[in-house]
Amino acid sequence: MAITKADFAEGLFDEMGLNKREAKEIVELFFEEIKSSLEVGEQVKISGFGKFELKDKSSRPGRNPKTGEEIPISARRVVTFRSGMKLKARVEAYAGTK
Amino acid sequence: MTKSELIEELSKKQPHLPPKDVELAVNCMLEQINQSLSSGERIEIRGFGSFSLHYRPSRMGRNPKTGGAVALAPKFVPHFKPGRELKERVDASKDSYKITC
Repeated sequence: MAITKADFAEGLFDEMGLNKREAKEIVELFFEEIKSSLEVGEQVKISGFGKFELKDKSSRPGRNPKTGEEIPISARRVVTFRSGMKLKARVEAYAGTK
Repeated sequence: MTKSELIEELSKKQPHLPPKDVELAVNCMLEQINQSLSSGERIEIRGFGSFSLHYRPSRMGRNPKTGGAVALAPKFVPHFKPGRELKERVDASKDSYKITC
């Protein structure tokens, strides 16, 4: 089962004793703040975790994989995430199967 | 935006919480993400995106200094897939804002 916002709120309740409403609010705000920053073109760098970067892609020819029909892919701005050294090192140690 | 700026912004929006608590909460959430990923568990945030692990099979690498071949062990790397809302918001404002650090 994937971790969701509800799990984050519960973590804040357990770790800090924030009440359910406060915890939910701050989880919501946290992700909204990152989205708002990226929305105005500002990349977000979180030490110990990673960096949310923005890239402007120019338009390029694409294809509908089903029909083979050629369709242009429009120019767009995309978000990419580059994990920091610390997170990379921790994840690398994971030996599971997926 | 950096982590401290993020904490500052959140503090402004949560004036009833001491900034120290906001910082603690942010660190707690980041630690939860790191913890889940390092135990192989996915994270799904509706509208924001999902974090998961991608497998990298073992390969032969090179020592850039000596040029000698080195066997690299298989590993997992963190992966982020932006959610629809984030994707749409970022793309919709691309003509209004330049990319900044």
